[in-house]
Amino acid sequence: MNVGIARTGVYIPSYRMKRETIAKAWERPALKGERSVANTDEDSLTLAVAAAVSCLRGTQRETVDALLFASTTPPYAEKSSAGLAAVAADLKDTVHTADFGASARAGTSALKAALDAVAAGTNDRVVVTAADCPLGYPKSDQEQLAGDAGAAVLVAAEDLVAVYRAGYSVNNEILDSWRNADDRFPHTAEGRFAKDKGYSRAMSDVIDGLLSRAGLVPEQISKLVLASPGLRDGSQVAKRLGFAPERLVDPLMMQVGYCAAAQPLLLLASALETARPGDLILLASYGYGADAFLFEVTEAVLEQQKDAVVARNLARGRPLDSYSRFLSFRGLLETQPGEPFRTFPSTSAYWRDQASLLRLHGSKCYRCGTTTTPTNRICPTCRSKDDFELVRLSDRTARVFTYSIDRLAGRSDDPVVVQTVCEDDEKTRYYMLMTDFDAEDVKVGMPVEFTFRKIYEGGNYINYYWKCRPAASAEGE
Amino acid sequence: MSLKDKVAIVGMGCSKFGERWDCGVADLAIESAYEAYEDAGVGPEDIEAVFVGQAYAPVGGLAASQVVDALKLGGIPLLRNENYCTSGHIALFEACMAVASGMFDVVMALGVEKLKDTGFPGLGAGRGMNPVTEARRTAPGSFALIATRYFEQYGLSYEEGRQTIGKIAVKNHRNGMLAPKAHFHKELTLEQVLSAPIVATPLGLLDCCGNSDGSACAIITRADNAKALRDDPIYVKGLGVAMDAMLPHHRPDFDWTSFNALRKSSSKAYAMAGIKDPRRELDLAEVHDCFTITEMLIYEDFGFSERGCARRDIDAGAFELSGDLPVNVDGGLKCFGHPIGASGLRMTYEIYKQLQHKVDDPRRQIANAARGLSHTFGGGPQISAVLIAGNETG
Repeated sequence: MNVGIARTGVYIPSYRMKRETIAKAWERPALKGERSVANTDEDSLTLAVAAAVSCLRGTQRETVDALLFASTTPPYAEKSSAGLAAVAADLKDTVHTADFGASARAGTSALKAALDAVAAGTNDRVVVTAADCPLGYPKSDQEQLAGDAGAAVLVAAEDLVAVYRAGYSVNNEILDSWRNADDRFPHTAEGRFAKDKGYSRAMSDVIDGLLSRAGLVPEQISKLVLASPGLRDGSQVAKRLGFAPERLVDPLMMQVGYCAAAQPLLLLASALETARPGDLILLASYGYGADAFLFEVTEAVLEQQKDAVVARNLARGRPLDSYSRFLSFRGLLETQPGEPFRTFPSTSAYWRDQASLLRLHGSKCYRCGTTTTPTNRICPTCRSKDDFELVRLSDRTARVFTYSIDRLAGRSDDPVVVQTVCEDDEKTRYYMLMTDFDAEDVKVGMPVEFTFRKIYEGGNYINYYWKCRPAASAEGE
Repeated sequence: MSLKDKVAIVGMGCSKFGERWDCGVADLAIESAYEAYEDAGVGPEDIEAVFVGQAYAPVGGLAASQVVDALKLGGIPLLRNENYCTSGHIALFEACMAVASGMFDVVMALGVEKLKDTGFPGLGAGRGMNPVTEARRTAPGSFALIATRYFEQYGLSYEEGRQTIGKIAVKNHRNGMLAPKAHFHKELTLEQVLSAPIVATPLGLLDCCGNSDGSACAIITRADNAKALRDDPIYVKGLGVAMDAMLPHHRPDFDWTSFNALRKSSSKAYAMAGIKDPRRELDLAEVHDCFTITEMLIYEDFGFSERGCARRDIDAGAFELSGDLPVNVDGGLKCFGHPIGASGLRMTYEIYKQLQHKVDDPRRQIANAARGLSHTFGGGPQISAVLIAGNETG
C-alpha cells in the first residue's frame, strides 16, 4: 500500500513588512527582503485553521479521522489547539487530535506520525496542520528573519500527489537555540557553534542517511526542500552535499521568512506546485535533530496545480509600514488599556454555541429552506420549530450587502472596524466584521470569503469567530 | 381593547439634559419627579405604583428599587423594564395599562439614565445575541449600515446621501437652540455637518446624537379622573410597540431601508388613535433621531413621506419648525443627547407641553397643536415604540 500526501494547503497572512522597516526602528543594518506578519486577529491557531481549510477544500471532510497540530507558538500553553482546529475545520467529533510542539521540527514530527499511522492502518486520512508566529528578540536578526504562516497536508493512502518512499531521522542534543518555560523570546548560542554543530551537522547527517537508505545520489533528487532559519543555511548544506543550486527549492525567506514548524510543510507545498510527475522530492527539517522524507510525485499533482495556492498567497500581500504597530500586533506592547466594551464572554456559551461560533454552521429549515447563521431553532420565515439541518457555511463565498467603516470601534493599534452584512448565492445572510481590508476598497457587492479569526480579548481566554475578508478572486478587480 | 381616551397624563417633569457630573441617578430622578408632582398638583403620597425605564442599571440590574428608594416611594409596587432605547416609552405604556385596568388611580412612569457614570465614551449596541460575536460593534457602526444600503437602493451618491441626512442635523440643531433643557445649543451649517470627522462611514460626528445624562417623568391617571387634577390633561390616543428580528441582518430579504418594527408600531398606534393620514392629522412628531439616517428612514416607515421620497420632503422643508409636519421641534436626540431609558419620556414631555401650549420657549410652540406623536427605536436596531396623544377626547 502506498502512503503519502493527497493534498496540500497553505495560508500566509496578507501583511508584509520590509526588513528595513524593522532595521530602521533600531538603527541597525537591514537584511534583504520582507516578512509576513499576522494581523491583530490572527495567531498560530487561526493560521493553522486557514491552512487546514485550504487543504480540505472540496474534499470529503467526514472521512478525515485525525488532525495533528504543530507549532512552537500555540495560543495556549495548556489547552489543546488541535481540538479547536478540528472543530473550526468542521471535522467530525470522533476525529483523533494531537498537539506537537517544542521544536521547529514539530511540523515534520507530526507529518511522520501521520505517515506512520496511515501506513499502520490506524488512520485512513490525517490532516497535519502546522503554523507559527515566532518572535525574535527586538533588535535581533531573528526578529527580521521570522515570518508568520500556516501550512497543511492531507496524509492518506489514496489519490496521492506524492508517494512517501523513505524516511530518516537523527537526534542532536544541543543548546543552539532555546526558550525557557517563562521566556517570551528564544536565547541563542554563539553563532558559529550553533550553525556548525546544530543545523549544518544534523541536516547533513539526515540527508546523507536518507540518500544511502534509499540508494540514491544527489543528482537523482529533483527538488531539495530544506527548512532554513537563515538566509543561507540551506544553500550551504546543499552545496556541501553536492546538490546543484537549482535543485534547492526557494525557501521563501525573501517574502515570508522563517515560520518555524510551518516552514517545511509550506516549502513542500511550494515544491509540489511546480513539480512534474515522477520527480523525487527530498524534504528535511531541523530542530535539535532532523527529519528527512523522500516523496515521489504522481500524475495527480497536475490537477492540484490548477489551484496555485502558494503563488496566490504570495501575491496577496499588503504592506505594513509601521514597526510600532507590529510590536502591538504581536502583543509586545499592550494596546491602550480600557476596551470600549465590557461584556465578558461565557465559557459555557462558547461551548454550547460552537456549531455557530467555531464551525460556522447555519440552520437550514427543512420546511421552507431558509438558512440562517447563527443557527435559529425557530425558522424566521415559516416559524417551524427544531426542524432544520446544520449546514457548513464556511466554504461559501458571499457579497457585501451593506457595510459601515467605523473609526472608533477597534483597538488603539487597529482602530478601524468594518461591520458587514453579506449575502451568498443562496440568499443566506452573514453579519460579521470584515478583516484584511483596505478601507477605500470596501463597497456594496464586493465578493468576500470567510476566515476564522480572533474576535476580541476578554475572560482570559481567546475568543474566536469567523470574519469575512475580500475574496481572493477579487484581487486586482 | 383600545386604550384610546381611557388614560390621561396629568403631570410631567424633565431634568436638564447634559453631562451631569454633579448628579447621580437619584438626583436626576428627583429633578424630574418633583417637577411632575408640582405640575400635576399631587405629592408622593398620591402615587400608587412606579414604572421605571432604564437600560444601564448602575448596580447589577437594580434600577427600579434604586429610584424608588431615592424618591422614598416605599410601600407600593415598582416595576422596571429594559427594552433598549424604548425603555422610557414602555414604562409609560405599562403605567397606562395599569391605570386602564382599574387597579390604580394615579401612577408614575419614570425614565432615567446616568450614562456618564458608566465610563463609556459611546454606546455598544446589540448586546445579548452572543457573548462572543457581539464585540466591537458600536451604535454609529450599526446604524451606518442603514445609510449605506439606503443610498445604494435609491441611487444617492455618497455626497448626495450625506447632504440629505446632514440637513436633518441642521434642522434639529436649529430647533434645539430654542430648547433650554437640551444638552447642546449650537446652530450648525450644512458645511459644518459635512466637514465633521467621519465616525462610521457614511455617518460623521454631527450625524450622531450625544451621550448624555437625563430623566423625565409622567403622572398618569384615568381619563375620567383627569379634569379633577388639572383643566388641560393630555389624553393617550394610541400606543404601538413592535419588534423586528433581534438582528434583522440575519434574515433573508431584509433590505435595510425599512424595518417591520417601525411599520408595525406606527400602524398600530395610528389604528388605535383613528389616524389615516399621519402627515396631515398629526401636528408634530418627536421621533428617534439617534442618527440622522434613522430620522430619514422613520419618515418613510411612519408614512410621513412616500417610500423613497424622504429626500424630496427634506429638501422641501416639510419637517422644519415651519413645515407642514414639524419633527423634533425641541432638537431631538441630536440636541438632548440620548440617556437611553429617559428619552421616550423626554420626547413625550415635549408633546405634552406642546399640546398644552405651554412650551418653555414659546418660539418653538406649534400654533394650535392638538395631536402629536412621540417615538423611540432601539437595539440592534429592532424595537420601536410609538405614542400618540391629544389635548381633547373624541
